Amino acid sequence: MFEVLISLLPSVLLEGLILGFVYAMIALGYTMVYGVLELINFAHSEIFMSGAVAGAETFILLKGTIANPYLLLLVAIIIGGAVAAFVSVSVERLAYRPLRKRGTTNRLVPLITAIGASFFLQDLVRLIEGLWNNAFYRRYPTFDAFERTYNLPVWLGDIVIILSLFTFFFAIVYLIYWVGVRLARAKQKRPTRNTLYALSGLSILFTVLFSLKYREVLTTDMGLSIQMKSLLVIVVSLAMLFGLNWLVNKTKLGVAIRAVAQDAQTASLMGINPDVIISRTFLIGGFLGGVAGVLFGLLYTLVHPYVGFIPGIKAFTAAVLGGIGNITGAAVGGLVLGMLEMLGGTYLTFLTNGAMGTEYKDILAFVILILILLFRPQGILGQQVGEKV
Amino acid sequence: MKKVLELKSVHTYYGHIHALKGVSLEVREGEIVTLIGANGAGKTTTLRTISGMVAPREGEIIFEGQRVNHLPAYEIVKRGIGHVPEGRRIFPRLTVEENLEIGAYLTNDRQAVAERKAEVFDLFPRLAERRRQLGGTLSGGEQQMLAIGRALMQDPRILLLDEPSMGLAPVLVDAIFEIIVELNKRGKTILLVEQNALLALKVAHRGYVLQTGEITLEGPAEELARNEEVKKAYLGG
Repeated sequence: MFEVLISLLPSVLLEGLILGFVYAMIALGYTMVYGVLELINFAHSEIFMSGAVAGAETFILLKGTIANPYLLLLVAIIIGGAVAAFVSVSVERLAYRPLRKRGTTNRLVPLITAIGASFFLQDLVRLIEGLWNNAFYRRYPTFDAFERTYNLPVWLGDIVIILSLFTFFFAIVYLIYWVGVRLARAKQKRPTRNTLYALSGLSILFTVLFSLKYREVLTTDMGLSIQMKSLLVIVVSLAMLFGLNWLVNKTKLGVAIRAVAQDAQTASLMGINPDVIISRTFLIGGFLGGVAGVLFGLLYTLVHPYVGFIPGIKAFTAAVLGGIGNITGAAVGGLVLGMLEMLGGTYLTFLTNGAMGTEYKDILAFVILILILLFRPQGILGQQVGEKV
Repeated sequence: MKKVLELKSVHTYYGHIHALKGVSLEVREGEIVTLIGANGAGKTTTLRTISGMVAPREGEIIFEGQRVNHLPAYEIVKRGIGHVPEGRRIFPRLTVEENLEIGAYLTNDRQAVAERKAEVFDLFPRLAERRRQLGGTLSGGEQQMLAIGRALMQDPRILLLDEPSMGLAPVLVDAIFEIIVELNKRGKTILLVEQNALLALKVAHRGYVLQTGEITLEGPAEELARNEEVKKAYLGG
C-alpha cells in the first residue's frame, strides 16, 4: 500500500510544481508592492482575475482569426497583462495614492481600502461581463497543441523529482528548525550561513536516502509526462522570475524601486518622484499578475469574476512563506506551497483513512499561513526588497 | 558676486510648531556659508525647507533668480540643489556603487555618470575600495563620504551639508572638512549646517547664527568667531 502511494509521488510533485509556479507568478505582485509600500495589496487577486478574464475574451474573440495557438496565446498574454496592469495602476492612482497624500499613518486604512477595491473590481467585472455576454462565466477554448502530453526524458524526470524532494525536505526541515528556535525562545534573529548549510545538508541527506530507498518505485517505466500547457506555465513563469530579478537588480528603474522601498524621502532628494516609481511598481506587478491569470485560465479553463480569491490568497500565503518583499522568496514559497497542497490533496484521504478528502487541501495552505505568521513571520528567506531601517 | 540662493523671511511649520520664524539668508557663488546654532534652533529645518522636503508657509526661496518654494523635492534637485541630509541617509541595501548611481538618477548620459563616479572615487578612495559592499555595512565616516559623493553625482550648483561631522571620530571630522574645503576650491558653492561651530567658522567665508527659528547674527566667519556672544554660546567660552 505504502509503495503504491510512493509511486504516485513523482507525478504529484510535478503537478505541485506546476501549481506552485502559478502561485509564484501571482505572489510576485504581492511581494513587489509590499516591498515598496509595506502594503498588502489585497486587490491583487482581482488584478489577476481581470487578466484571466481579459485573456478569455481575447481567446474567444480571436480564435477564428488567429489560427496558430501559440501566437494566439502570445496575444492573449499581452492583452491580459496589459488589462491587469491598467487595473493595477488605476487602483493605486484612485485608491491608495489619495490615502498616502493625506498622510494616513494607520496601516489598517489602506488594508481595508484594498479589500474594498477587491470587492469593487469583482462586481465591476461581473457587470461588464454581464452586459457584454449576458453571462459572467467564461471558458478558455482548448487546443490540441496545448493538451498534448509529452514524456519527459528519464534523466529530466529524475532531476525534477530530486529537486522537488529537496525543496520539500528543505521546507520541512527549515520550518521545524524555526519552530524549535522559537519554542526554545532563542535570541537568534536570522539563520547564519552555517545553519543554512547544515539544514541544506540534512535535506540533501533525506533526499538521497529517500530516493535510494524507493528508487524502483519512483522511476517507473512510463516516466513522467507533462502537458504542453503546463510546460508553458513553467517556461513563462521562469522567464518572469528571471526577468523581474534582472529588472530589479540590474536596471536603473530597479535601483530606483529599491531606493524608494528603503527610503522614499531620501529618494526624492535624488530627483526621483516616488509616486512615479510606485506607479511603475504597480504596473509591473499588475502585468505579471495578468499574465499569470491568462496561464491560469489556460490550465483550469473556467474563469469568472470571483476566480481570483482562492489563488490570490494562496499566492499571498506563498509570498509570506517565502518572505514577503523578497522576489526569490515568492518563487520558493509558491513552489513549496504548490507541492504541499498537491501532496495534501493526494494523500490526505489515505492518511486519515478517508475521513478527510481532497477538498481539505485548501486548509493546508491556511494552516501553513498561520504557522508561518506565528513562528517565522519574515518567511523562509526574509525580507529583501524593502527592509526599512 | 552673483547670488546663488536667497531666502526671504521664510516661515516653516511642523504641524502647529513654528519652526522657522522669518529666516532670511543668502549664499553667493563660490562661497562656503555656515549656519550655526544650538540643537533645535531650526538649522536642519532650514535645509529641508530649501530642498523641498517641507514646504514653507510664508516667504520666498529664490534659486538662481527663480522661485523654488512649493516645488516638490524631486523638482528642486533638477534645478541644481544637492542635499546631504542629516544622519547621512544612505540607502543601506544598495551597494556603494548603486548609491552613487542613484545619485545621478537625473542624468541619462552614461559617459557623464562614469566621469562623475571616477571623480568621486578620486575624492574618496575608500569608496572605490568598497564599491561592491552594501551601504549599510560601511562605517559612519564612510557613510558620510558616500552621502557627499552621492550628492556630487548630480553635479549640483549648490551643496547643502547637514551636520557632516555628526557622530564621527575627530580624525574623520578633519578629513571630511578637508574635503569640503577641497570641493569649494574646485568651485562648489556650499551651505554648511554644523553644531561644531568652531570648525565650521574656520572653513566658512560667512556665517549665520540661528536661534529658535530666527537669525540673530550674521557676518564674515572670522568676525563671528571673535564675537563674544558666539564664543560664549557655541565656542565654549
